[in-house]
Amino acid sequence: MELKDKLISSFMAFENRVDIDHPVHDIRTEAIKVFEEKGFPSKKDELWKYTSLNTLLKNNYSVFPKDEPGLEFKDVKKYFIHDIDSYKIVFIDGIYSSHLSQTSHEGLDACLMSSALNKPKYRTVIEKYFNKIAKKDDSLTSLNTAFSREGAFIHIPKGKVVEKPIQIIHFATGNEASLMLQPRSLVIVEENAQVQIIERHQSTTENAVFTNSVTEIFVHERAIADYYKIQNDKQSASLIDNTYIAQEKNSHASVHTFSIGGKLTRNNLQFLHKGEYINSTLKGITIIEGKQHVDHSTLVHHSEPNCESHQDYKGIYADKSTGVFNGRIIVEKEAQKTNGFQQSNNILIDDKATINAKPQLEIFADDVKCSHGCTIGQLDDEALFYLQTRGIPEKEARALLMYAFANNVLESVKIPEVKIRINKLIAMKLGVNIGFDL
Amino acid sequence: MLKINNLHASVEGKEILRGINLEVNPGEVHAIMGPNGSGKSTLASVIAGNEDFEMTEGSITMENEEITDLPPEERAHKGIFLSFQYPVEIPGVTVTNFMKTSINESRRAQGLEEMPANEMLKKIREKSELLEIDRKFLSRSLNEGFSGGEKKRNEIFQMAMLEPKLAILDETDSGLDIDALRVVANGVNKLKNKDNAVVLITHYQRLLQYIIPDFVHVILDGKIVKSGGKELAFELEDKGYDWVKQEVAV
Ligand SMILES: Nc1ncnc2c1ncn2[C@@H]1O[C@H](COP(=O)(O)OP(=O)(O)OP(=O)(O)O)[C@@H](O)[C@H]1O
Ligand SMILES: [Mg+2]
Repeated sequence: MELKDKLISSFMAFENRVDIDHPVHDIRTEAIKVFEEKGFPSKKDELWKYTSLNTLLKNNYSVFPKDEPGLEFKDVKKYFIHDIDSYKIVFIDGIYSSHLSQTSHEGLDACLMSSALNKPKYRTVIEKYFNKIAKKDDSLTSLNTAFSREGAFIHIPKGKVVEKPIQIIHFATGNEASLMLQPRSLVIVEENAQVQIIERHQSTTENAVFTNSVTEIFVHERAIADYYKIQNDKQSASLIDNTYIAQEKNSHASVHTFSIGGKLTRNNLQFLHKGEYINSTLKGITIIEGKQHVDHSTLVHHSEPNCESHQDYKGIYADKSTGVFNGRIIVEKEAQKTNGFQQSNNILIDDKATINAKPQLEIFADDVKCSHGCTIGQLDDEALFYLQTRGIPEKEARALLMYAFANNVLESVKIPEVKIRINKLIAMKLGVNIGFDL
Repeated sequence: MLKINNLHASVEGKEILRGINLEVNPGEVHAIMGPNGSGKSTLASVIAGNEDFEMTEGSITMENEEITDLPPEERAHKGIFLSFQYPVEIPGVTVTNFMKTSINESRRAQGLEEMPANEMLKKIREKSELLEIDRKFLSRSLNEGFSGGEKKRNEIFQMAMLEPKLAILDETDSGLDIDALRVVANGVNKLKNKDNAVVLITHYQRLLQYIIPDFVHVILDGKIVKSGGKELAFELEDKGYDWVKQEVAV
């Protein structure tokens, strides 16, 4: 049976596991219809021209994970940023793991989507926010919505500055030969509140995993939300990450995406503006090899005046790896004095590597500052020679140049331990043992 | 220390070095002069291991070991240093971190531990003072936006940090103002001892007033056509290269 049919037919079984009288269930029922009608995206869709899901969809995924999977902290410690104090919301094969987690209801909610959906005290919040900015006609988002049941629920009340980061980790154990996961998360940052979130999807075996994740993030007036995505999964794991962010007046939101591992990774990242003087930052470092594929599809929708957005993506592609950068900026007629910047710089290490970079600016206002730049190049041989004459071996010299090329993306990372971790991951990926403490 | 024997090198099928012979011993200072395009930088590059040039004939040995097949970094590990005529800008790598990486990679090649951080800092401070380099330069990206003179001074700072056995300085003097020239020359002289050697590529004898050469060589068209003592530099400055060319023709 095709995956699409399998998913549609398992929706009924899914309904036995959730409260179908909850208002969210109407949303799920609508969503499965959208998915049924649209199916998985194909290369015919303009936004999926360079990313094919065909091989991924051939696996016979199990869609309901077995219960009681186990992981010991010592075995997965390395996937946490473990040298800092943090809240942790951890899932194993889609199921909440209380022994790996450290949730909170004190002064903030850092807990589970399932409890937010089940407990009456969250009813109004869920009704106000759930599926309000996720794209309703998007097939993969709808698929996630239809099966939405578990994920992270984070609610930071007015004025609360959360002093330690929140880590969300989705582990896949390989209990099933191949597994499909659909985490659904909701983050609400109320007025003047501040939060930092680190997210990771991680398999612990080489069994196939296909994750279709949706996260909705609401950033209210003068609030600050910083989100870090560490994508360094096994080569058997693929991820479609759909992240929707709505910002109110004077808020700041940033998303840093570090795409190093994984077989196929697609990041759909959308920012919506609902007030003036909003600041949005979208940054990414992609370093891939072999047959890896990473696709960044971004959208910043400027609909109010005096806002700014900064997009800065660096990509390094070796072997036969492929990258896509599809960066859209829309500036509505009302959005005067918008500053919208976009930058995509790429290095192709090998002849067979490819990058498709397509900036799309749709500007309807006349008093705006928008720019986009896209470069595709190779490593500079002269620079390489220069470094080598100083005793730095070729491999290390290449790594240093690649790191130098990408590192300004790291400058805006506010958590030092995250920066250190990313440096290490990059060094490991490039097969060198040098400290990039530039 | 360095022995170059009948060195021929070409780029894109065009022969640029056409039989260079040169021997540099510990404690010596050699100056190489010659008109534009005569092959001075090419010679320096080939010694340092630039693969853009194809060595078609001859040999280069460093301390009696053939280095022709060694990559640039291994030549550096053997103590060869090249101060570039046009130092390359490396955005995103600070001078300090570059020096750390450079020193530690060289140490690693010799099977040594990384240099302890405090020792490294001390050394950086010492050498930057020697070359009168403002500390704020050290946290800037390597050569990026440096003025011509600043780049040259930075090259000699790197030399001071790496303490090579053989330093080849390719037109380090051009671009330096009068005071900077004195500082840089003074730095080179301080680093000079009986066990190391310097090859100066220059167009002007001004530098040679500060760093006094034991030998002066003239390159014409990819060949050393004349060698002499330091007085040869004065003669060249005075009369140009035409008389050398005529001498060669005869
Ligand atoms: N990569 C290259 N490709 C083609 N020709 C080259 C290349 N590098 C050097 N050449 C040529 O080789 C010749 C020697 O160049 P080189 O830079 O060694 O001269 P030079 O003696 O250092 O001159 P100057 O005094 O101007 O620095 C020149 O004619 C130059 O154009
Ligand atoms: Mg030259």
